[in-house]
Amino acid sequence: MSAAPVLLEARDVVKRFGGRPAVDGVSMQVHRGETVVIIGPSGSGKTTFLRCLNHLERIDEGDVLLDGTSVGYREGRHGPVELPPREIAVTRRRIGFVFQRFNLFAHLSALDNVALAPRNLLGLSRQDAEVRARQLLARVGLADKEESRPAQLSGGQQQRVAIARALAMRPEVMLFDEPTSALDPEMVGEVIAVMRELAAEGMTMVVVTHEMGFARAAADRIVMMDAGKILEQGPAEQMISDPEHDRTRRFLTQIAH
Amino acid sequence: MSHGPWLLAADAGLNFDWDFLARSIFHPSGTFLHGLARTVYISVLAQLFGTLGGLAVALARRSRWMPLRRAGATYVWLIRGTPLLVQLVIVYNGLAALNLYRFTDVTLGPVVILGVVQAAVLTLALNEAAYMAEIIRAALDAIDVGQKEAAVALGMPPSMTMRLVLLPQAARICVPPLGNEFNLMMKSTSLLSVIGLQEMFLTAQAINSATFKTFEIFLTVAVYYLLLTTLWGFVQQWIERKFEGPTAAVSSPRLRERLFAGAGAK
Repeated sequence: MSAAPVLLEARDVVKRFGGRPAVDGVSMQVHRGETVVIIGPSGSGKTTFLRCLNHLERIDEGDVLLDGTSVGYREGRHGPVELPPREIAVTRRRIGFVFQRFNLFAHLSALDNVALAPRNLLGLSRQDAEVRARQLLARVGLADKEESRPAQLSGGQQQRVAIARALAMRPEVMLFDEPTSALDPEMVGEVIAVMRELAAEGMTMVVVTHEMGFARAAADRIVMMDAGKILEQGPAEQMISDPEHDRTRRFLTQIAH
Repeated sequence: MSHGPWLLAADAGLNFDWDFLARSIFHPSGTFLHGLARTVYISVLAQLFGTLGGLAVALARRSRWMPLRRAGATYVWLIRGTPLLVQLVIVYNGLAALNLYRFTDVTLGPVVILGVVQAAVLTLALNEAAYMAEIIRAALDAIDVGQKEAAVALGMPPSMTMRLVLLPQAARICVPPLGNEFNLMMKSTSLLSVIGLQEMFLTAQAINSATFKTFEIFLTVAVYYLLLTTLWGFVQQWIERKFEGPTAAVSSPRLRERLFAGAGAK
């Protein structure tokens, strides 16, 4: 897998909240087609780090590169300068993001949720955007829910619409922020199934999750974060069965219960 | 003049003219109806421009540029801090006295727009904009931050996020307070009498000077304001239900359905 080119790269990323570093110098390379799972205890900075990858959070130090281009910054005379929102937006179109709390547009049907961005950002006609949206909803198993509003859908259904919505932009990489943490247990499986299929199709993915079943089945690599830093990382099988650090072993035991 | 036998007031020495009241209410004079029409169209125009102005001010207050945010906040502070009555006199009489600007009649094809009507619509709209700005700001703040983040994460620039995601949801939140504002607006037009605009209230004052039927004519005025606000209340209900209908996130059951469902559950 590491023979594939690097698609997404974080270089010494630091993010502070009120002076306290939440992400403390994290570097990571994600190769095209690779699925990376980030695990770690609550407060370890994994969600903040993921949000830094598409500039939902401004970073204080370091850089994030998508295919070699900085996400959100350009080189200024006195160091990096943040790009104007309009230019950052153009880069974000290449990065899909799935939220823990789905965040579907509350005023739109499932179909319109998926069709909105391609229609307005990619210049697709209403008809073409809806065709694309229908295909994606069918792919996540929700062909019969096109006209439903978010409030009429279960959590698992909402999250599958949210995945379809992100995919509608044909992103090069998908970021998932604890996509199953807000779901009732019986709905976790349907979302995980969609994600596994995506990984199998060769989508580049960075997933913050505690679903070790998914990690074992779909992850090429597991990254363990603790206190804003990467504690250790390695191939999924090895990290699960034989982690180097005791901290990782204890964490894995805890979430298994 | 004949008094109904049921009207004890006349015998008790009260100066009440039932016929005059009935005639004023059920057969109002052309001048009165003209004043009523002005009250209505000035309210509608002022609310329309005031809402658009309020949107502009609300957006200015959320701008990335600090001077624009300051300007918006200052505007709201100034307008909300001074009485509408004073603003009307300053705009219409004050500016003219200063020799700065005099509102003159404008002819647009077959219609003549009186200078005083221009001043009235402008001032009411400027005043309303400050209050609408606060309503729209509160509505935008009420939207879950995840909605904006989802739009941003898809790659929408801020203007598109506002137009496609935030404003449509804010509009739904704005409907009830907007209805309240229009109710107030219709009643506020009675203040226009101070700059000599012949709307319903000033027309009634003119009728009063000619007839001295003070109680009857102003009771008529009250009835007509009540009629206007009541009719508007129905329109507002209709709008709220429409917004609530197929487009709403969660639709609340109508009263009858709730009562019926409650009875069925027992």
